[in-house]
Parts: sequence; structure tokens; C-alpha cells
Amino acid sequence: MSTTLEPLLRKHPLFSGFDDDSIHLITSCAKNVRFHEGDLVAKQGEPADEFFLIREGRIAMEMPSPQGLMRLQTSDAGDVVGWSWLVPPYDWHFDLRAVSNVRAFSIDGRCLRNKCESDPRFGYTMMKRFSKMMADRLEATRLQLIDIYGAPADTTAP
Amino acid sequence: MSSVLHPPDASALQAGSMLPEPWVVVSRLEENADTFTIELRPAEEGTLRPFAPGQFNMLYAFGTGESAISISGSPENSDTRVHTIRRVGTVTSALDRLAPGDTIGLRGPFGSAWPIEELPGRDLVFVAGGIGLAPLRPAILHALAHRKDYGRIVILAGARSPEDLIFHDELLEWKEEPDVEVKLTVDRAGIDWYHHVGVVTTLIPQADFDPANAVAMVCGPEIMMRFTAVELNKNGLPDSRLFVTLERNMKCAVGICGHCQFGPEFICRDGPVFRYDHIHHWFSQREV
Amino acid sequence: MTTDPPVLLPREQFGSLLEALARRGYRVVGPTVRDGTIVYDDLTKVEDLPIGWKDEQEGGHYRLKRREDEALFGYVVGPESWKKYLHPQRLRLVKAERDTSGHMTFTDGDEEEPVRYAFLGMKSCELNAMMIQDKVFLGSGTADSHYERRRKNIFSIGVSCGEAGGTCFCVSMGTGPEVTDQTPHDLAVTEVIEDTSHYFVLTAGSDEGREVLNELPATPAGPEHVSAAKQRVEHAASTMGRRMDTGGVRELLRENLEHPQWEDVAQRCLTCANCTMVCPTCFCTTVEDVTDLTGDNAERWRSWDSCFTLDFTWMHGGSARQSAKSRYRQWLTHKLSTWHDQFQSSGCVGCGRCITWCPVGIDLTQEVAAIREKDNHPAPTTS
Repeated sequence: MSTTLEPLLRKHPLFSGFDDDSIHLITSCAKNVRFHEGDLVAKQGEPADEFFLIREGRIAMEMPSPQGLMRLQTSDAGDVVGWSWLVPPYDWHFDLRAVSNVRAFSIDGRCLRNKCESDPRFGYTMMKRFSKMMADRLEATRLQLIDIYGAPADTTAP
Repeated sequence: MSSVLHPPDASALQAGSMLPEPWVVVSRLEENADTFTIELRPAEEGTLRPFAPGQFNMLYAFGTGESAISISGSPENSDTRVHTIRRVGTVTSALDRLAPGDTIGLRGPFGSAWPIEELPGRDLVFVAGGIGLAPLRPAILHALAHRKDYGRIVILAGARSPEDLIFHDELLEWKEEPDVEVKLTVDRAGIDWYHHVGVVTTLIPQADFDPANAVAMVCGPEIMMRFTAVELNKNGLPDSRLFVTLERNMKCAVGICGHCQFGPEFICRDGPVFRYDHIHHWFSQREV
Repeated sequence: MTTDPPVLLPREQFGSLLEALARRGYRVVGPTVRDGTIVYDDLTKVEDLPIGWKDEQEGGHYRLKRREDEALFGYVVGPESWKKYLHPQRLRLVKAERDTSGHMTFTDGDEEEPVRYAFLGMKSCELNAMMIQDKVFLGSGTADSHYERRRKNIFSIGVSCGEAGGTCFCVSMGTGPEVTDQTPHDLAVTEVIEDTSHYFVLTAGSDEGREVLNELPATPAGPEHVSAAKQRVEHAASTMGRRMDTGGVRELLRENLEHPQWEDVAQRCLTCANCTMVCPTCFCTTVEDVTDLTGDNAERWRSWDSCFTLDFTWMHGGSARQSAKSRYRQWLTHKLSTWHDQFQSSGCVGCGRCITWCPVGIDLTQEVAAIREKDNHPAPTTS
């Protein structure tokens, strides 16, 4: 299994440029996973021991709201899903739901955190890449927040 | 790349262009909670002028006023003119109350057009936000009607929620076409939505087009167009191959009342379609 | 500076000009004193002119004062401009009727018969302003029929200034003080008052101007008259109340849209719109749709509007230019910068009205100077 995982992980933008040792370690922390449409991939509040690289399919971030269960963001093939593993207290901040059948890599977060601690250079690079992803998400979320399509008389909009 | 196509010699800029003509409502359709589409034909035979995709008409609700509304129907239609209108004020609410058979005043068509006829051989990327899909629709319909003239066709449409997405059925039809890529996204959805959720710019990196040859046509709220331009630039598309359509308060539609000015441009006459590099300087300022 | 030879008209004979115009069926309008200002109104006799009056102008200040002589044109400009005749403040555009079956008919609402006006007393800055508005209303692609029908009947009598006003800067803008061929006109007049004589030097600027001159009891002007007239104009040119460095002003404002000076002027500007009302080139209008009580007859009326109003850019429940800063910036960048892009000239003729009639005395020449002093994006030295 690891032999087919490694070249794929090596090619992913999240891990590009890392040396062979790091790639080996990451590969050892990774496994293939599958979800069926409708599966709850992660649950808010539970320990976030992993994050995902989607290979096929779509995962949505779901939250309960006064209007019912809402999907606030989706991720597709190539996307990285989950940053909760990197930020204390390392619990999921939201639910993740498979909107279709999904094939993904699951990367063991605890394993990778240890590597970040022991190898600061590796850790800093991971931080940079994840913080970019989070910054992009934040910017996208802000655009969603200001309700750009909102009706003009909609004074309840924030 | 030549500059924005100037509309065909059909704009009503001769003397008396402040005078509406009587037109009749043929049909009316509810698109979503605050948007409707009306189809109009001239009250007098033989007065239908051709229009170019991106142009608009001034629609007059008797005694109430006029509103600038983009034409949202096919340019090949030689019988009627279709307009998709969002209820945002007194005039649009008055237009909302019209039923088939009612008369309406119309002046137009006015303004510049999407350069769709100058683009054979190119990949086309349409990015629409909210009701922005309406002014793009005539260009999309033209492209689909002349499919083999163009390279890849990508349609990215965003809306606030699934209920707000206009032309939903038609988008799904276009999605079925084998050589058209359609991606839909909403800002928020319930659990019966299986497409994307997120702002429309997030669809751009995933879209399949050749940035070295593609032309993008973008329409939506100003902030959405700004962010879309940034994302398109990041994905290799320069401002000179990016067209947007702007909107401002209009009274005359012929470049005289001064209301629609945007920097040096009169949106009614120099626009509403602009090549992005021509207006970027002013577009990146606040409160212009 | 026309090739027509100048003629001399003594003061006592000035009335013959009004009579000649009246004989030709012109309705003579020009300056007259009313309500403590000099406004434009019908002139039936020479005594209607503001004889012996001058205007003291400064930022936010206008007073009429008695002159020491009895000059007919011894003032500069009042709050009004000739645009009130050519671009009416209120105009009916459309009449609409709806019959019982809902069928609508539309007719041109501008039924006013255009008056054949003779504009007596157009300062050079005002002739330039009219030329600028001609470009706006009759230039490429926009033929405003309402302006056109009023404009083509005008007989213009320009008057060169012998004294500059406190807020004048026509020299900086290249629009005066002398009436020249730069601005088409029918007649050009310079008033000369010397110790013992009071006369006018007139030149024709058009065929019709020539015809009118031929009907007057005028004699060829001698070199001493011409040089006296020239001296008056030179005196005006050298006593301008303001100046503006116009070099590269289009780019200066375009590149400094976030200059701190805008915030500074916004603290003072009341957005009262006086400047746009008195400016001879401002042309913005709005429309209003009204119905009668039956609801079957509607009219659309057009009236002057100002970009300073909060709802000028109202759309979808909000204004694109919300702050006073953005609205002042719009007015000034349009007048001095984007006007060039739109109409290939400056929109300002240096008449100073906006300075005089601003309640807080905002002076656009000073605002431009302040921006120039700390130019954030100095243009390259090559042109």
C-alpha cells in the first residue's frame, strides 16, 4: 500500500519540495480511506487526529443553524480538508460530511504533529502551507459573510 | 486584442431618444423570491431593433419611472425581448405587477456589448454572481448556438442559496451538454444541495480553460467581480482578456444626465460592458 | 483678434445696439441688478444694465459696490450663467397617456417655442463655458435636442473684461479675459472709460454680427481706441484674483484619489451643491415622473441635479458615493480631470463662481495646489 501512496503524496502541492525522509515519514502516517455519500467524516468536538487529501468526490463542512443543518463550504479532489489537527486543543471545529462517494488519503495528525515538533524546519513549512490554506478559507468565508447577493432591504444581514 | 465591441448601429441615440415606445408584456415568470422575468414585444409592428448581448433597455412603468434592465434573452430572438428583473425599489416593484397583455414603455437598446462575436477560437469563461447571470445569458446563448466557433466553454455561477439561483433548470441543461463545463456554487445550503458551497471564486482554479487564450466575461456584485478578477489573474488570465459589466444609477441612458459616471466613463454609453484593464484604475478605488 | 476692422461706438449710442437687435426680432437678455446681485434678465433699454456697479468677490463673499464711473459692464460675473436659457432648470421631456385599454402613447413634452435670444454681455469665460456645453450636449453621439433647439437661435455679444474679479482665474485656464476667435461669437465689445470719453470698441465675429454693426452709428476705431481697449484687457489679465497651475492636472488628480487633502476638504464642505448650481459648465440633471389624479396622464420632467446630493448615486438601497469626501472628489476630478477624457478640454473656465458662492469659501485653486504640493505619484517629466 505505501508504495502506491508515496508517489501520489510526493506530487501533492501540500508536500512538494520535502526531502525523501520527510516524504517517507508522511507516507507512514498516511492511509487510503473511502466514504459513502452521506457519511459523517468528522464530528465537531471529537478529537481531530487526522486530516484528508481528497482524491475523488466532495466533502462539505456542515453546521447546525436556526435554519437547520447548513453546508457552508465544500472541498473537492485535490483539496486539503481539516486544520483542526494543527491547532490546540486538536478537536474538530465542525462536522464534515461526504456529499458524494469519496476516496481520500487520511493523514495521521498526531504523527505529523510529532514530526513538526522534532523537525522545526519541516514544522515551519507545514505551518506556512496550512496557514495559507486557512487564510484563503478565511477570505472566502468573509465574502460569504458580507452577503454580497443580499437583498437591499435585508437589514438583518451582518 | 481589440477593445470592447461597440454595439451595432441600433442604439436609439437620435433626437427623441428620451421618448419611450409602447411595448406589451407577452409572458411573466417568477425566478426566485425577488426576481422575475418578463418577455416583451413592441406594441407597434416592425419596430423591433436588434440588440447585442450585454445591452440594456430603459423600462418605463407608467407614472412611476424608468429602470435600466439588461436584456437577458437570446439575440437571435427576432420577436420579443426578455428581461430579468430584481425587485429592489419603486419602479421594479411596479414592473413586477405587470401581467401579460399590459403595456410598458421601453427605450433602447443602449450601451456596449460583450465582445462575443470577436472571440471565435477562444476558450470562454463566464463567471456569474447572483442576478449577474441575466446580462451574461445572451452571450452564453449565442456561444452555445455557435458552439463550434469556440474552444472550451466554462460557466461558473454563484448565488446566495439554492433557492436564489436563477435559470436553475437551464443551468442544469447546460451542464448536460458534453462540451460545456458548468459549475454551480452557493454561499450556504441545506443538506439537499450536492454542488459546491463557497464563494464563486473558489470554482476558478478547478475550471478547465487555457489562460493563454481564454476570455472571461464576469457579471455580479462589484465586490464579487473584483475578487473574481484577482482569482482569474492568479490563474493566468490577464485584465486585457477580462470583461465586466458595471451598474450605476441611470436617468437618461444617453450620456447626458451625468448620474452613471464612473471615473471618466459614462456607464450607459461607454459601458456597461468594459474591458477590465480600461477601468481597473478606478475600479480599485473606494466610492468612485 | 478677428480680421474685421474694429469700430467705435460712443456711450450715448449704445442703445442703438439694443434697438438693432430688437428690430431683428431678438429678445435681448443680459445683466441687470436685482436682489443685491447681477442676474440675467430681459433688457429693454440701456438703463436696465448694471450701470456704475461692480461686484466685490472673495471666497464665500459677494457684494455689489458702486463704482466711481458709470461703466455699463464694470462687473465680473454674477451667480447665474447663460446655461439657464440653453439648458433649462426645469423641462418637460415626455408626455404619456394611457387609455382605458391600457394602450400608451408618448409625445415630446418640450413644446416651448425656442426664443431668439441675444445674449448681451457674455464674458470670455462664459463664451468658453457655452462652447464647453456645446461639446457636452451636441458633441459625439449625444445630441440633446432640447439644448440644440435653444442654442441655434442665439446671437452672442461678448464683452471683454477690463477688470478682474477677486476669485477670477481665466488667465490660468486660458479662457480670457479677452473675447477672441477662440470662442465663436457674433460681436465682441470692449468698454473704455477715459477722463473725458466713454466708448466701446466693437468687432464682428460672424456675418450676422457684421450686419448688425453696419446698422449702428459707429465709426472706424482709430489706433488710439484699439490700444486703449487692449490696455483695459491687459489690466484685467494682470489683476486676476486667483491662479491655478494647470500643468498635468488631469493626471495629478487621477493619480491622487486617496490624497489626504480630500479628507481635509470634506471636513469643510457642506455638500450644499451651490458650486454646481452656479457653475456655467455643470450639466447634470435628474428626472421626475408625475401623474395627474386620474393616473392616465403622466409626464416626465427633467431638472438640474448635483453630484453633491446623497442620492445622486442611489441604487439598490445605498449610494455609491456615501461620504462627503467622495462627492467633493467626484465633482473636482470630473471638472478638472475626467472632463478631459470625456470632452477633450477642461470643464473649468476660471470664472470663480464656485469660490465666491461656496458658503465656506472652498477654493478649488487652493485644493489643487495642496494636492500638487504633496503629489503621491509625480508624473514623469517628459510630456
